[in-house]
Amino acid sequence: MSRLRTITRRSFLVGSAAIAGGVAFGTYLYKRELHNPLLDGLEPGAAAITPYVKVDANGVTLITPRADVGQGAYSIQAHMIAEELDVDLAQVTITPGPPSPVYYNGVVSAEGMPIAATSETFLARTGRGVADVAGKLLGLQLTGGSSTVPDMYDRLRMAGAVARETLIAAATAQTGLPRDQLRTEAGAVILPDGAQLAYQDLAAGAAEIDPVTDVTLRDPSGWKHLGKPQMRTDMLAKSTGTQTYGIDMVMEGMVFATTRTNPAQGGAILGFDAGRAEKMRGVKAVLPITGGVAVVADNTWRAFQAVQAVDCDWGPSPYIGDTAAQFEAVAAAFTEDTQDSQFRDDGDVTAALSEGEVLQAEYRIPFLAHAPLEPMSVLVKFTKARVDIWTATQIPRFMQANVARLTGIDAEKVHIHVLMAGGSFGRRLEDDYVMRAVEVAQQMPGTPVKMVWSREEDFTHDFPRPLAMARAQGKVAEGKLAAYDLAIAAPSVTASQLERQNQPIFGPDVAIVAGAWDQPFAIPHYRVTGHRVPAMVPVSSWRSVGASGNAFLHESFMDELCHAAGADPLEERLRLCTHDPSRKVLEAVGEMSDWGADLGPGRGRGLAFCLSFGVPVAEVVEVSQTDAGLRIDKVFVAAEVGRVLDPMNFEAQLSGGVIWGLGHAMNCELTYKDGVPQQDNYHLYSGLRLYQTPQIEVRGLENGGKLRGIGEPGVPPAAPALANAIFAATGQRIRDLPLSNSVDFA
Amino acid sequence: MELTVNGKVHEVDVEDDMPLLWVLRDELGITGPKYGCGIAQCGACTVHVDGMAVRSCQLRAGDVNGDVTTIEGLGTPEALHVVQAAWVKHQVAQCGYCQSGQIMQAASFLELNPDPTDDQIDAAMSGNLCRCGTYPRIRAAVQDAAAKLRRA
Repeated sequence: MSRLRTITRRSFLVGSAAIAGGVAFGTYLYKRELHNPLLDGLEPGAAAITPYVKVDANGVTLITPRADVGQGAYSIQAHMIAEELDVDLAQVTITPGPPSPVYYNGVVSAEGMPIAATSETFLARTGRGVADVAGKLLGLQLTGGSSTVPDMYDRLRMAGAVARETLIAAATAQTGLPRDQLRTEAGAVILPDGAQLAYQDLAAGAAEIDPVTDVTLRDPSGWKHLGKPQMRTDMLAKSTGTQTYGIDMVMEGMVFATTRTNPAQGGAILGFDAGRAEKMRGVKAVLPITGGVAVVADNTWRAFQAVQAVDCDWGPSPYIGDTAAQFEAVAAAFTEDTQDSQFRDDGDVTAALSEGEVLQAEYRIPFLAHAPLEPMSVLVKFTKARVDIWTATQIPRFMQANVARLTGIDAEKVHIHVLMAGGSFGRRLEDDYVMRAVEVAQQMPGTPVKMVWSREEDFTHDFPRPLAMARAQGKVAEGKLAAYDLAIAAPSVTASQLERQNQPIFGPDVAIVAGAWDQPFAIPHYRVTGHRVPAMVPVSSWRSVGASGNAFLHESFMDELCHAAGADPLEERLRLCTHDPSRKVLEAVGEMSDWGADLGPGRGRGLAFCLSFGVPVAEVVEVSQTDAGLRIDKVFVAAEVGRVLDPMNFEAQLSGGVIWGLGHAMNCELTYKDGVPQQDNYHLYSGLRLYQTPQIEVRGLENGGKLRGIGEPGVPPAAPALANAIFAATGQRIRDLPLSNSVDFA
Repeated sequence: MELTVNGKVHEVDVEDDMPLLWVLRDELGITGPKYGCGIAQCGACTVHVDGMAVRSCQLRAGDVNGDVTTIEGLGTPEALHVVQAAWVKHQVAQCGYCQSGQIMQAASFLELNPDPTDDQIDAAMSGNLCRCGTYPRIRAAVQDAAAKLRRA
């Protein structure tokens, strides 16, 4: 039995016995069974066999604690349980459950360690193990880092198996029939004569016995759900307008609120005059909140109108306020003092670059907003006895703690009801908007307050992906890459994010160099250095985090070196590749794209590769020059995830990642003036539109190995593959994003 | 003023210049149409007025001069419209937030043009933004729905 399996079993095999309290730390706390939150307030006759399966008179409820931000997380988690539990997913309730440390994430913190995903050395495995312990101790119930599938794969199938065997044991006790004469199907135990005992009718019996923990997971050859195209459980609701998002919440006596906070990042409100706003139709109150004002009204639109009528006196932003000055600060950070990491230093780069012809280039990438289509929205009901919050979030446990801190109400009395998200891309790793809504609700106890941000408020109060610069040097010899020295300077996402969550940060920030330092290439002299730029405006994780921009930096200059060497970019990467799964995706994308075949005049193809979140992904982009500008014709993507659990959603996530990467590379940037983001709606931040969308061909490789998630790794190679294709088609090397500042797109 | 929405007549007391979107969502509790941008850039709020797709965030309540149909009136989980059935079959949605508007745009477009070319589909659907990047499946679902409508 694998180490992961034994650990995760400990974490969910919680019987009905109370957990002893007392001081606990270190290994003991880690090994201690975590409390099953489903046992709290369980009705008589109901069974919460594991923290992931609840059975009562109404039926079966599956708990899918990782947030669904559009990536299909609820659906895949439910299918994992169902694979062992034998339930019809149309007949069960699926809910994200309450915030609880038992739902900790042991994978995402491992990705924060400077251990290359390709490394399976003892040190690497031990390091990941340490991060797993840390994740558990911190109770990081967070969704991110493409971790849902790898983190939950064993845990949820095991939970389903334990629940199934416990229900069968209850059936054995009830009927006297031996285990081997019973089987399960579609939510019932089937007796030898074909009679069915529904799970809900066995719940009371199951609650009386100890869970059966000696279970064996089914062999993949017998799978009915996993590995096959699945119908996502949310598809019908999302095609009929019946899916409830945070913005759709309705409650008796509810009021409608919106906020307007200082658009200059981090600036204070020095004073305000609400005289005009208070007289407007439907306005119930104009209230002070941190950094601005809120209007409470009887309709969201009336609140939007009135909040603009408040006369506000804004203080200045404490941060560097203009884009040019921000880049100057980044440029000034390529010093020894600011060196944050140098995880890769192969050969002798300094000596190699001290003689002969050295190629040099400088690259820039901009701040980028998340801008999920559902603007930040939340329903809060505050009373002195408890606080209830309905919203979409990736961090329910942090949110609970932060609301407790803000209100002085015990965390156990802060109830987070997690809803489906209308997109996130990392935005819902922040809970700032919830705190503003709680500040409003505190001023009107007992009244449910639904707060919705305008799109403009959402854009101007995002926590963007940070800007970055790279200084690259390299040398080629005899048609090959001889030396590659990449220095990246960026503010720290991790420090900014963890500081807001009152969490310690130690050591270098891997995000500054993620997707660049850990690439599987044996260049004789190869160095990747990270420089931490002093904090600017607050920043956060953006779909694929550090790799989102670093792949552009790393793979663009890789392409430059290949062309300087006169080497084929695919052949040279294959020659340098040290990692078999990575080699296979490169070979696959070469075959898919018919790499090397002539495309004809005015056309070009570009290749980029990035190993991120443990997933090697290679992409080839084809572009054409047209009278109206550049057109992206086709994209070929190959990725290796160990095992594809749902080919249908795998294709959707990878092609969605490509579109996300292409669209932002083409035309998105967040620029600042006096601390105010200058792009406040989609007309200035469009991304890809349908008419610009290329044909996308996706191939998932399944060469075994570790199971990985696919929500993010499709993003990083898209931007450099596009830029490299533009070079191939036009001869123009673009080193700054977005590309639309340099070329026109059709 | 009087508004007919999904075949039902409602009396609402709102300003003439309140956008139809907010009348639907906050006055009538019809939440299928979504707020995304407020400036006709995303199409998440798309509804039909006498069968024509309109951005309800831009249509003043006082200017509504026909029957309004929202995604809820197009079809239901039990009785899907052919466009909705194509959306389910192709598993278009990811976060799903833009899809009410995408479906309403496609349904109106196919009503006017049941035999569209790929370029016409691209042109008709490009005002609707999808941040998740579901565009390839939107194309496939519109083509599929068009084929079904032609056979019907």
